[in-house]
Amino acid sequence: MNWKMSRVVRTVTDVMVVPIIVFGIYLIIHGHLTPGGGFQGGAVVASSTALLIIAYGSFRDYKKDFSSVESIGLTLFIFLAILGILLGATLFYNFGAGTGGLFGGRVAEGINPGYINTGGTVPLMNIMVGLEVTAALSLILWMMAKSSDSMEVEA
Amino acid sequence: MIYFILQLLVLFGLVITAAAVIWFKDLISAAIALGASSLILSLQFYLLRAPDVAIAEAAVGAALTTAIFIFAIRASQREEGYK
Repeated sequence: MNWKMSRVVRTVTDVMVVPIIVFGIYLIIHGHLTPGGGFQGGAVVASSTALLIIAYGSFRDYKKDFSSVESIGLTLFIFLAILGILLGATLFYNFGAGTGGLFGGRVAEGINPGYINTGGTVPLMNIMVGLEVTAALSLILWMMAKSSDSMEVEA
Repeated sequence: MIYFILQLLVLFGLVITAAAVIWFKDLISAAIALGASSLILSLQFYLLRAPDVAIAEAAVGAALTTAIFIFAIRASQREEGYK
């Protein structure tokens, strides 16, 4: 993989990558308040990976890193789900809601703008799904770019 | 009324971009037209009050699918059909 696009494409990529990643993280951690969530935010973050691969095109071997992050995200998601059974309730039991810990605030009554520190295990699961989707889609893009480079046909 | 006109415009744009995907012989132009069609489809999802589906469609359909199509065209021929 050693192509490099023009200076215009590279400058626009440098300017746009950070806002795209920040918007994706916003979608992930506000998943229980606004439209979006783990999958949508992860897909937005992975589109910044697509921009970087298309614009610069020279990447090291990232297969093990993406695969590890994907496995860690899925394992923590399933661990949080099974922790509900271990605490004496059902699968996916929301044991963190209203306890006062991380994301454990109490939901206000009536019409309110929505508070980020609520939701119990739902924001944690959104973060895990976001990690998993980001790593999986980036891995798919990286593998496609790498294998399309090795079998390029001269027109 | 303005809502009706906006939705009519979106549907016309959807039909035009979908026809352009079939009409182009250059495969990269067809892939970019498919991305534009997906972007207009996400605008239609937003007008029909499904914003989360609109975000997923814009991210997956317009960005990731176009990138994967361009990588696949790069490993193959750019023109459609045999020479």
